[in-house]
Amino acid sequence: MTQPPRQDWGEDVLGRAAAWKARGDDVALATVVTTWGSSPRPVGSQLAVHGDGRFVGSVSGGCIEGAVVLEALKTIDDGEPRLLDFGVTHEQAWEVGLACGGKVQVFVEKLQ
Amino acid sequence: MKSATLEELLRHREAKSLVVLATNLNTGEERLVRPGDLDSGNSLDPAVAEAAADAFRSDRSRTVETGDGPVFLHVFNPPLRMIVVGAVHIAQPLARMAALAGYDVTVVDPRAAFATDERFPDVTLLTDWPDDALTTLAPDARTAVVTLTHDPKLDDPALEVALRSPAFYVGSLGSKRTHAARLRRLTEAGFGDDDLDRINGPVGLAIGARSPAEIAVSILAQVTQALRREA
Repeated sequence: MTQPPRQDWGEDVLGRAAAWKARGDDVALATVVTTWGSSPRPVGSQLAVHGDGRFVGSVSGGCIEGAVVLEALKTIDDGEPRLLDFGVTHEQAWEVGLACGGKVQVFVEKLQ
Repeated sequence: MKSATLEELLRHREAKSLVVLATNLNTGEERLVRPGDLDSGNSLDPAVAEAAADAFRSDRSRTVETGDGPVFLHVFNPPLRMIVVGAVHIAQPLARMAALAGYDVTVVDPRAAFATDERFPDVTLLTDWPDDALTTLAPDARTAVVTLTHDPKLDDPALEVALRSPAFYVGSLGSKRTHAARLRRLTEAGFGDDDLDRINGPVGLAIGARSPAEIAVSILAQVTQALRREA
C-alpha cells in the first residue's frame, strides 16, 4: 500500500484544484512567490479557490486568505493573473496585513 | 495555469519525479522543467536554467528576474522519506504523525506478527531483513532512518546501512546503556566516531515523553530539527 503524495499535511491542494476543474467548475490558484521577514507560510504554499468561494490550502496563518479569495474570484471572472502584495507597508491599500510584521507576495491565476 | 500543465504536474508527482514549474508572473505563461531539460540545447532562458538547477539541488522555490519579467520557479520534489525499523507500538503513532508532516513512510520488520496491515493501515510495510530492506530503499539526503526494535539483530544491520548512506537523520531507540552497548558493537564493526556521532540515541528530544504517541512526538521533533535547523 502506498500513501497519496502529500505536499501539505494531507491537504492535496493541486489534486483538489484538478478535481474541481475536471468536473467543469471554475478554479483559481494562489501561490506564495516571495516572502520577507517572518511570514507564516513558506514560498510555494498554495491555495486553490473554487468559483463559489470555497478554498483549500493556505498562503498565511489565516491573515490574508479572505482577501486572496476575493482577488481570486476577480481573476476567475476576467481571466487575468494578479500579483498581490501583503504586509505592513501595504496595510492601508489592502486593509489586511500580517500581524507578524512580515510581507508576502501572492500570485493568483485562473486554471484555464 | 493550463489544465494540461496541472495534469502533467500531477503525473510527475505521482511518479515521484523531480520537476520545477516556471511561471512568468507578468503574463502567467508557464512551463515544466525537468532536470534533463537543463543539459540539452533548449529554449530555456539562461537565468531560469541556472536558477532551476540551483532550485533542484536546494529544494527551494524562488523568483528570478529575466528579460521577460519575473519568473517564479516552484520546486516539486518527491516527498521526504522516513524508514522506521521495527513495527512496534511506537511505530504506529510515528508512522501516522510523519505522514501528516509530509513523509512517505516505510515500516520494516521481518516479524510478520508485528508488521500487519491491521496495525499499520495505509503504511508501506516490508517484511525483509532490515539490511536488505535498507539497501533496497537506498536512503538519500532527504531520508530519515529510525530504528525502534532495540534488538541488535534487527537494529544493527539497519544502522550499518544507514550510516553508509547520506540520510539526514539516523535515530535509534534504547536506554543510555543500550545505546552505549550499540556504539561498542558498531565500533567493533569498523565504524568511527564521526559515523557514530550521526546516531541520535537515545532517540528523540528530551521532553519527558512517556506514551508511544509522546515518544513519537519527540522523535518527529528531532527529525524536524535535523531537517530544518541546518537551513
